[in-house]
Amino acid sequence: MTVLASPAPIRKMTLSPLNRRRLANFRANGRGWWSLWIFLVLFLVTLGAEFITNDRPIVVQYKGETLFPAFVTYPESTFGGFLATTDYRQPFIADEIAANGWALWPPVHFSYQTVDIYLPTSGANPPTWMLSRDAACANYPMGVADPACNWGNFHWLGTDDQGRDVLARLIYGFRISILFGFILTILSSVVGVVAGAVQGYFGGWVDLIFQRLIEIWNSVPALYLLLIVSSVIAPSFWVLLGILLLFSWVALVGIVRAEFLRARNFEYVTAARALGVSDRTIMWRHLLPNAMVATLTFMPFILSGSVATLTSLDFLGFGLPPGSPSLGELLAQGKDNLQAPWLGLTGFFTLALMMTLLVFIGEAVRDAFDPRKTFA
Amino acid sequence: MSGPLLSVRDLSIGFGAFEAVRKVSFDIEAGETLALVGESGSGKSVTALSVLRLLPPAASLAGSIAFEGQNLVTLPEPGLRAVRGNRVGMIFQEPMSSLNPVHTVGRQIGEVLAVHQGMRREAARRRTLELLDAVGIPDPQRRLEDYPHQLSGGQRQRVMIAMALANDPKLLIADEPTTALDVTVQAQILALLKDLQRQTGMAMLFITHDLTIVRRIADRVCVMTKGEIVETGPTAKIFSAPQHAYTRHLLAAAPQGKPLAPPADAPEVVSASDMKVWFPIRRGLLRRTVGHIKAVDGVSLSVRRGETLGVVGESGSGKSSLGYALLRLIGSEGRIVVLGEAIDEKSGKALRPFRKHMQIVFQDPFGSLSPRMSVAEIVEEGLRVHRPDLNAPQRADKRDAALREVGLDPGSAGRYPHEFSGGQRQRIALARALVLEPAFLVLDEPTSALDVSIQAQIIDLLRAIQQRHGLSYLFISHDLRVVKALAHRLIVMKDGLVVETGAADAIFAAPQHDYTRQLLAAAFSETPHQLPGAPQTD
Repeated sequence: MTVLASPAPIRKMTLSPLNRRRLANFRANGRGWWSLWIFLVLFLVTLGAEFITNDRPIVVQYKGETLFPAFVTYPESTFGGFLATTDYRQPFIADEIAANGWALWPPVHFSYQTVDIYLPTSGANPPTWMLSRDAACANYPMGVADPACNWGNFHWLGTDDQGRDVLARLIYGFRISILFGFILTILSSVVGVVAGAVQGYFGGWVDLIFQRLIEIWNSVPALYLLLIVSSVIAPSFWVLLGILLLFSWVALVGIVRAEFLRARNFEYVTAARALGVSDRTIMWRHLLPNAMVATLTFMPFILSGSVATLTSLDFLGFGLPPGSPSLGELLAQGKDNLQAPWLGLTGFFTLALMMTLLVFIGEAVRDAFDPRKTFA
Repeated sequence: MSGPLLSVRDLSIGFGAFEAVRKVSFDIEAGETLALVGESGSGKSVTALSVLRLLPPAASLAGSIAFEGQNLVTLPEPGLRAVRGNRVGMIFQEPMSSLNPVHTVGRQIGEVLAVHQGMRREAARRRTLELLDAVGIPDPQRRLEDYPHQLSGGQRQRVMIAMALANDPKLLIADEPTTALDVTVQAQILALLKDLQRQTGMAMLFITHDLTIVRRIADRVCVMTKGEIVETGPTAKIFSAPQHAYTRHLLAAAPQGKPLAPPADAPEVVSASDMKVWFPIRRGLLRRTVGHIKAVDGVSLSVRRGETLGVVGESGSGKSSLGYALLRLIGSEGRIVVLGEAIDEKSGKALRPFRKHMQIVFQDPFGSLSPRMSVAEIVEEGLRVHRPDLNAPQRADKRDAALREVGLDPGSAGRYPHEFSGGQRQRIALARALVLEPAFLVLDEPTSALDVSIQAQIIDLLRAIQQRHGLSYLFISHDLRVVKALAHRLIVMKDGLVVETGAADAIFAAPQHDYTRQLLAAAFSETPHQLPGAPQTD
């Protein structure tokens, strides 16, 4: 028996006309469009921070073996030593590898917590290019002739007061800020949308009680709570994320709730109820798309807010655990070491650039979803 | 005075590349009423707005509009302002959005007087009172301080008319002034306009889609379609001997035909007894219930297989609430029996199996379809819930059958609602209901938002489907002409109560209740003055 299957519904994988117009609107905002690309390049580059600045080589060919020190921790015994981990910056390890193979290093030979032991002076050192070659290589065992006094050990943006490379800390710090911001934004959007959706859809008592709870919750001073918590436990990345999430999900509730309140009386929602579609499906399939525009418009601003929050906590010393690369900590060092302006300037320009890019992108997204522009 | 009051010559209006109006010409003599008739999209409202140059800036205007010998197309803005609201008044369709909600009625009328006549407060107040009295607002002294939301729809439209008449205009442009109103109120407003016209001798340009109104009020008619005037002539002549094919089509389009004879002793599909939908009124800090709005108050009904029960009433009569309550979409009291089982005690999941037997089609075909779902998804949604046993091709087969049933091409299933016209959308909504093969369908004003010619098609379609499947309808409408074409029995509702019920033929032939008589008179009479016992309050 041959069954003539009727053609499946034609689902175009291309963008709907509406979304195409939104994309065109987004591109029309040149500032936002370029900001997006610059931001994406910066983000992707810093995602691969280990390949740019690291105190371990990316690939090592040693006695016929191919090793990947950037990803795998090899004991020093691999190279004839006795320590549990290998310090590839040690001259004798470098010599050992050079004698029995080769090593591919990233452009900068420092990780965010590598302390450079051959610095010319103690404390914060200015960028190497501000010094003469003699001064820069002064403390290397063989002085100017030392093979380690090379481009790889160049401090492009100087070091902080503990002798750590600022560029390395900057790249790792940028990455952790953005990742923290993204995770916080996504989690708080999910929680906020769910909470707003439930309130808006069911309305009545659920809405009334939830709204009052949120008002009380909002009036809890989040900063002080953080201070108290961080004095009890040393906040790790995830603990910090959790605490900030406790307060940041509220941001989206209002708009999502309003969208759901508005849309729940639409006739197509009543029609779905008459069809017997469950509440959860109605919320997901019929109402959520209405709230998505408001949510997406808000997201870049939540992202920049999250990054700023993390930075300010780090600045105050209540943020990520000590030693973590962070922009806030860099700013704090800049404040404490006014004689080393490269610290403060680096932190300031990086943050200013990041915030500006995010806000420009946010404005372009807002323009793209603006119904007055969409249908103009 | 020589020449007509308003003379429009070769008027063309374009929005970008799209030409909304093409080479339209008409004249209005002093004291005359000219009706501009057409379906939605015919360009009639744009034409009316262009007379006072109230079009959005994107519109381009060509031709001439001469008012008392002055060409309004080239008149500079200050000159125009002296015409607008002064020598030419205008009233719009939606009285709620045409009045500013944050100002009192007295202030809004006073503003018109102050702008054009420079009247001081006391004089303006006296004139406002006169005007409100003239348009039949009871107790104008008190109403002066009222805000628009404190007035009924009919009263608001009366206030709008008072504003338009404040400066004794020579010409009144009325853009669908009664479309948003109930039939009895509609009749009163028309009578009022006719009356005021007799007193003041003003001319009227009346824009409407409703031919019954045209017949009652207009001296001459211009029929518009697709941006052109296809026929002009005296009202009587247009109605008795239409020349153009489109005019004939429009006149023939009124819902016609008789309901099919239902099987004699068909089983009862749905019955309800003593249905009550009460909304509590809560006051004070503790939100104590101080009373109830009785939207539906003790209504009993039953619908047999293959039968249509018409529910007739004006807005606020509770007819839609009744339909929603029967489907358990809003809370109610009273017994509801569907196919022999009581469903009024059931809720949530227990109710779901019954949902496939009873479906609903709404009034607004633009609001009842989710704009983000394709037709296929919309029609199949119910199947996913009620027929989880079907696989995708089987669902698609059922969907295509439903689309064919309502006269749509199944090939269009991948498209989105915005690509369809109003009538087609209403067919999609109908397909969504029919795909579940229900026994009972609530039709909540399914034709009210459609043009007359489309209305007739939908009515024919509903009748054909009823015949094919023996479906039962609860047909909710304020439009008695549509009900007459479909209903076997009738319930007339007013303020949540049933005022009259019985066989449709009997009620149309010999209405028993005063209110029914009033409704019938408003819907079927041909002049505005055949309104037995129409009260002057709204």
